[in-house]
Amino acid sequence: MGDAGVDGARVGAFLTLMVEVARRSFRRASHYRLATAAGVFVNTVFGYLRASVLVFVAASSGGMVRGLSGSDLATYAFMSQGLIMVVGVFGDTELSDRIRTGDVVVDLYRPVDLQMWWLATWIGKAAFQAAARGIPPVVLGAIAFDLTWPDHWWLWLVFVVSVVLASVVGFTVRFCSALATFWLLDSRGIDQMVTFTVGFFAGMLLPLTLFPQWLETVARALPFASMVQLPIDIYLGTASGSEIVWTLAQQAGWCVALLGLGRVMMASATRKVVVQGG
Amino acid sequence: MDSPASLGLYGRLLGARVRSDWQYRTSFITLLFSQALVTVLEFVSILLVLELVPNLGGWTPTEVAFLYALATVPFGMADLLMSSVERTANHVQAGTFDRLLLRPLPALFQISAIEFELRRAGKLLPSLGVGVWAVANVDVAWNAQRVGVLVMAVLCGAVIYSALWVASASVSFWAVGSREAANAVTYGGQAANQYPLHVYRNWVRAVLGWGIPLAFVSYVPSQWILDAENPLGMPSNLVVAIPVVTVAVLVAALGCWGLGIRHYQSTGS
Amino acid sequence: MSDQPAITLSDIGKTYVVRTKAGALRRHRNEVKAVDGVSFAVEAGEMVGYLGPNGAGKSTTIKMITGILTPTSGRLRVLGLKPVAQRRMLAKHIGVVFGQRSQLWWDLPLIDSFDLLHHVYATEPGRHKHNVAEFIDRLDLGEFLTTPVRQLSLGQRMRGELTAALLHDPELVVLDEPTIGLDVVSKHAVRTFLQDVNAQRGTTVLLTTHDLDDVEQLCKRMLIIDHGRVLLDQSVADFKKEHGTRRTLVVEFEHVVDPVQLAHATVARCEGPQQWLSFDRSVTTAAALISELAELHAIRDLSIDEPEIEDLVRGLYKS
Repeated sequence: MGDAGVDGARVGAFLTLMVEVARRSFRRASHYRLATAAGVFVNTVFGYLRASVLVFVAASSGGMVRGLSGSDLATYAFMSQGLIMVVGVFGDTELSDRIRTGDVVVDLYRPVDLQMWWLATWIGKAAFQAAARGIPPVVLGAIAFDLTWPDHWWLWLVFVVSVVLASVVGFTVRFCSALATFWLLDSRGIDQMVTFTVGFFAGMLLPLTLFPQWLETVARALPFASMVQLPIDIYLGTASGSEIVWTLAQQAGWCVALLGLGRVMMASATRKVVVQGG
Repeated sequence: MDSPASLGLYGRLLGARVRSDWQYRTSFITLLFSQALVTVLEFVSILLVLELVPNLGGWTPTEVAFLYALATVPFGMADLLMSSVERTANHVQAGTFDRLLLRPLPALFQISAIEFELRRAGKLLPSLGVGVWAVANVDVAWNAQRVGVLVMAVLCGAVIYSALWVASASVSFWAVGSREAANAVTYGGQAANQYPLHVYRNWVRAVLGWGIPLAFVSYVPSQWILDAENPLGMPSNLVVAIPVVTVAVLVAALGCWGLGIRHYQSTGS
Repeated sequence: MSDQPAITLSDIGKTYVVRTKAGALRRHRNEVKAVDGVSFAVEAGEMVGYLGPNGAGKSTTIKMITGILTPTSGRLRVLGLKPVAQRRMLAKHIGVVFGQRSQLWWDLPLIDSFDLLHHVYATEPGRHKHNVAEFIDRLDLGEFLTTPVRQLSLGQRMRGELTAALLHDPELVVLDEPTIGLDVVSKHAVRTFLQDVNAQRGTTVLLTTHDLDDVEQLCKRMLIIDHGRVLLDQSVADFKKEHGTRRTLVVEFEHVVDPVQLAHATVARCEGPQQWLSFDRSVTTAAALISELAELHAIRDLSIDEPEIEDLVRGLYKS
């Protein structure tokens, strides 16, 4: 046996804990049924508005804009509305609230890694949101609009992987901005600014494809594109062949980089708490 | 309540709220900025659309900017002064709504005043900027009539949006959990009004434009003032209906609120 | 308004509809009678304690009297007004204190709240100044008048709440648990103040509480409600004579001993070296019992349990 066996047991226990945390978070999210229904309604209404405008844009430009048809753009509108809660475009103020109120000190001294704990919570919730708030707007959109569906069955699988990565990137962005509260002594304003910036550069207001070339390049170089634009690129087939691999690699890269940044910030925040005594 | 006294009281209650918020200065300032930021980003995305399609169903970019301002300035005013009624849901949930009923003032008056947040002015400033620019650059011979309709449209629009806030806040007396649904009408309504109504599908237009009726906030007065393309074939004197529609919407909203209060008084929660 | 009662409830009922889940979509509709045919009157200038265990219907009654809730049935008049229909007019003439819900502006100094309330109630300026000065003096508010309310202690805040509720010279004050969570000193301050207000201004006071001492020290008359019905309506003096005399002496002996046998006390409970002795204060005294016990066994510790309202209500059921 030896050390490897002990380590294996520890990793196993850790994973079990994470799964438990995620499951609890899933169940908690599933309790708010009225709010979920209300959210679906609002997301769908906005989907209709955005799809209308985008379809009109395509129609006025002779059916295609930047290689996208009216149905592609309508699909984009509803898919992005469905992704809002899954990737957390509006974020989640739970962690930053705990930091602002000082409750986070309790979390920091827990024997479980703070980042992994919150990641598991996030993923559990996102899994619920994917089913409850991700799919309905697209289905409801398909009633009134011609939507595009993936060409190959395996694209669905790749899309699911991409959405999982998108959700993790969404988490890392929020985790870092929440930790910034330690230094900025404010969270509400920062949370809002992050939300609006993320929304714009992720492609929530307008698909990045419709940005002017230079702005699209800038936006695609930022991590936020991984949250909304990249999964939909895969879904619509705008990214095909080796581009799919590149897209996933980009998303995975941001996950690793931002998880790392989060760890650095966490370590330095912990030191700050220890030095200042909370 | 006599109006001069209540206006003074309203001012005092707002002042108290601003003084309270000012104690959390950093949040106050960053929130003010973030409200301005979202408005700017929204407008930028409209500009990006206009760059792709300079001619939105016969409307020039300047005309669309004018329409955008006429949709967002009244919304900003309503957002600043009346969107605080949204907090009704929190008061109902926390049980603090009772307190409002124990004072000799209308509950709506109190909640709009005590939940006032100056940071919302952040939304108003950029849209005012767009408005001033559009008024100066739009190809229109300004005369008393046009200015009159513009002023009326801004005021009536603010009242219509306020009425929508009140009506949607009334929902919280029945179903606190589903209050987010009301955002489809308030925020959704203002988003819809940022583009000329003729870009939307027939039924979206029927519901949001004429049913709610958001068309009278921005599309109807803009089309008349600018003498812009009229692909929907609206009658040219539709602007005279604006005040009538405004009063109707206001009466309906206050009716909803009254019903809501009565429901609250019969269930206590 | 002086000749008619300040508050009259005639056969007041309040029924809530509660929906409970029964399966995925079906729901059961249950009617719950929170208040079930309550009648009483409070004369102008009276000070009445309104008691009852949690969920007895106390808060519901208070909410109906103050115009927040509409009664399902019965006739209700407060200061000659119909509370819900004439809510705002009534609001000018009543003051309400909720022990657990502040009416003060949380982030502002106490004095700012007073100033705002002056304008909310449109109190005559001279009268307002006079009242503020008087209450500051009586409740000792001076030293924390300019402190934001959120930084006040519970006792300081409650003194502020009382002032806020009384600044507009209400004819009737309704207090819901005004002493909950307060320390002994603050409780005393609150009670003395209420007594003075009642005596000097003739303000009618209706007060709900869990604390029997509040009632004993403040009220001449008390009402007990349970399961939505008035169980008892009598003078505090009579009540104490009839029901409030049972006390429990908790004694811890040095060693575990058999339940003691005493003439005027019975062992209600026995747990290791501890024994609970129930006795009637009108028959014997705690001091007499203690000296009897000391002769029997070595005593380590002693305490006397005052009866809780809940116990008394339970006692009422038994008798």
